[in-house]
Amino acid sequence: MSHAAFVHSLWTMSADPPKKIPAPHIEYAQLSPTLIVLGAAVLGILVEAFLPRRLRHPVQLLLSAVGLVAGFAAVIALAAGGYGTGKAHIAAMGAVAVDGPALFLQGTILLVSLIAVFTFAERRLDPAAHGKRVDSFAAQGSAVPGGAAEQAAVKAGFTTTEVFPVALFAVAGMLVFPAANDLLTLFIALEVFSLPLYVLCGLARRQRLLSQESAVKYFLLGAFSSAFLLFGVALLYGYAGTVTYAGIADVVNGTVRTVDPALASTTGNDALLLIGGALVLMGLLFKVGAVPFHMWTPDVYQGAPTPVTGFMAAATKVAAFGALLRLLYVVLPGLRWDWRPVMWGVAIVTMLVGAIVAVTQTDVKRLLAYSSIAHAGFILAGVIAVSPDGVSSVLFYLAAYSFVTLGAFAVVTLVRDAGGEATHLSKWAGLGRRSPLVAAVFAVFLLAFAGIPLTSGFTGKFAVFKAAAQGGATPLVIVGVLSSAIAAFFYIRVIVLMFFSEPKADGPTVAVPSALTSTAIAVGVAVTLVLGVAPQYFLDLAGQAGVFVR
Amino acid sequence: MNPVNYLYLAALLFTIGAAGVLIRRNAIVIFMCVELMLNACNLAFVTFARLHGNLDGQIIAFFTMVVAAAEVVIGLAIIVSIFRSRHSASVDDAGLLKL
Repeated sequence: MSHAAFVHSLWTMSADPPKKIPAPHIEYAQLSPTLIVLGAAVLGILVEAFLPRRLRHPVQLLLSAVGLVAGFAAVIALAAGGYGTGKAHIAAMGAVAVDGPALFLQGTILLVSLIAVFTFAERRLDPAAHGKRVDSFAAQGSAVPGGAAEQAAVKAGFTTTEVFPVALFAVAGMLVFPAANDLLTLFIALEVFSLPLYVLCGLARRQRLLSQESAVKYFLLGAFSSAFLLFGVALLYGYAGTVTYAGIADVVNGTVRTVDPALASTTGNDALLLIGGALVLMGLLFKVGAVPFHMWTPDVYQGAPTPVTGFMAAATKVAAFGALLRLLYVVLPGLRWDWRPVMWGVAIVTMLVGAIVAVTQTDVKRLLAYSSIAHAGFILAGVIAVSPDGVSSVLFYLAAYSFVTLGAFAVVTLVRDAGGEATHLSKWAGLGRRSPLVAAVFAVFLLAFAGIPLTSGFTGKFAVFKAAAQGGATPLVIVGVLSSAIAAFFYIRVIVLMFFSEPKADGPTVAVPSALTSTAIAVGVAVTLVLGVAPQYFLDLAGQAGVFVR
Repeated sequence: MNPVNYLYLAALLFTIGAAGVLIRRNAIVIFMCVELMLNACNLAFVTFARLHGNLDGQIIAFFTMVVAAAEVVIGLAIIVSIFRSRHSASVDDAGLLKL
C-alpha cells in the first residue's frame, strides 16, 4: 500500500460497511454499591433543582442516608454471595475488581460516610440565625464573606444543602478507587472523589476566609499531585502497552500471556517502569498524607468545616490506602526489591514527623491532622509487610481508625464559643470539670489514637506491627513503637489538660447536639470499644478479605 | 520524524509546568501550569499509542481532557471566590493557615 493511500484511508470511509464495535459486557449487579450511591447523588441534584427550600434539608438527609444504607446492603449481599472470596473476579471489562479487599473497604467507606452525613446535617450547634436553625455550611458559598449578599442569604435562612449530593459523588469515587483495576479507572476515580472534596472544603459557615484558603491550597496541591500521577500512568502505559493491572504485572514479571510481536519490540523499557511507578506512587502517597507529601494536611484539616474534615480524614484515607495496596500487591510485586526501601524510608519519616510535629501544635484540628499523618506511617508499616497478614492488618487498622477519627472530629464540633468552634487547645482546659461526659468521650478517642489496650487503636497497631515484624521489617516496628510513645505524650497531655486544670472563666460552652451528632459519637465510641475488647470476629473478617484478585 | 522526540517534548512541557507551579505566585497562573502538565501527559499518551500501535493511549487522552475541563470548573470557582473576598489571587497573601 502506498503511503498516500494509507494516509487517505485515515480520513475516509471504505466502501465496506464499518465493522461493528462489540458492546462491552458490564456486570451491573457487582457494581451496584457504586451505582446506587451515584444514583442517590444524581437524585440529590434534582432535589436541589425542584424542591422548595424548606423541604430540601430533610429530603436530602433522608436520600443520602437511604442511598448509603442501600449501598452498604449491596456490599453485604455481594460478600454473602461469595464475591469476597471464591467468586472474586474482575468486572466491567477489566476495569473494576470485585474481591475481598475491595468489598471490605467499600463497606467501611459506606458506613463511615453514613455517620459523616449525620454530622453534616447537624443543625443544633450553631445559634439560630434570624430564628432559623443552621448547620456548619455557608449560607451561600458564592457570596463574599461579610458582604451584602451573604447577609441577605443568612437573613433569608439559606443553607447549602448541596453538600449532601456533592459528598455522595465523593463517596462514589472513593468506592471505585480501591477497586480500580486499571490505571485509567484509578485516575478517574481519584478525580471523581477529589473534586467534590475541594468544593466541600471551601463551604464553612464560620471563618470563611480560612475555609476558602484551605480549599485553594487543597485544590492547587491536589491538582499538582494528580498531574504527577497521570504522567506516571502515561509512562507505565509506555512501558507495558496496556493500562490494566494484570497486563502491567505480566510485563514486569516477564510472563506476557498474549505474545504480541508488535508490542514485544516496544515494551519493557525499565526506565519508564521505574519513573512511572514512582510518579504513580507519589500521587497516591499525597492522598494518603505521607511525608514528604503531607504539607496540605494540617492546613486543609484546620480550614475545612469540621464535619467535612472528619469525613475527609476517615474516608479518603481508607480509599487511598486501598488503591495503594492494590497497586503495590497486584501491579508491582515483581518490583518489590525496588519499592520496599523507598516505602521503608517514607514510613519511618512519616511516623516520626507526624508524631514530633504534633507535640508543638496548639490547635485541636491541627493536632488531629498531624496525628493522622503519624497514623498513615503506622499503616504504611503494614503495607510494607507484603504478605496476606499485611493486607488484612491494614484493612482492620483502616476500619478501626476511621471510626475513631470521625468521632473525634464530631466531638470537636461540640466545643464552641462566640466565634464558632473553640479549637485552640488552651480553651479546652478544664473541659472535664465543665462537661465530664464530652471530655470522657474525647479521652476515649485520644486513648484509641495512642493505642492503649482495650481500644481499637491497640488492636490495629498490634496487628500492623506484627505483620511488619513477620515481613522482616523489625527496625520499622521499633521506630513505630518509639513514635507511638512520642504520640502518646501529646494525646495524654490533652487529657491532662481537660481533666486536671482549672476551667477558665471565659471558656467555651459545650453545645448539646441533636440525635444526629450524638449517634455519630456513640457509634464511634461503640466501635472503638468493641474492636478493642472483642476484635476477633472483625480480625477474622479482615483475614478472609485479605486476598487480591488478579 | 522519530516519535520518541515527542516524548522528549512531553517531558519538557511537563517539567515547564511543574517548575511553573513551584515558581509562580498567582493562583490562576499556577493552575494554568497544572493544565500544561496534564496536556504534556496527553502528548505522552498519544505518542505511546503511536509507538505501540494500539488505541488505548488515544482513548485515555480523551478522558484526560474531560477531567481537565471538570477541574477548570471547580478550580476557577474556588479561585474566583477567594479573589472576590481578598481582591488578590496571590498564593503568598493566603497565609492565615500557618504552623
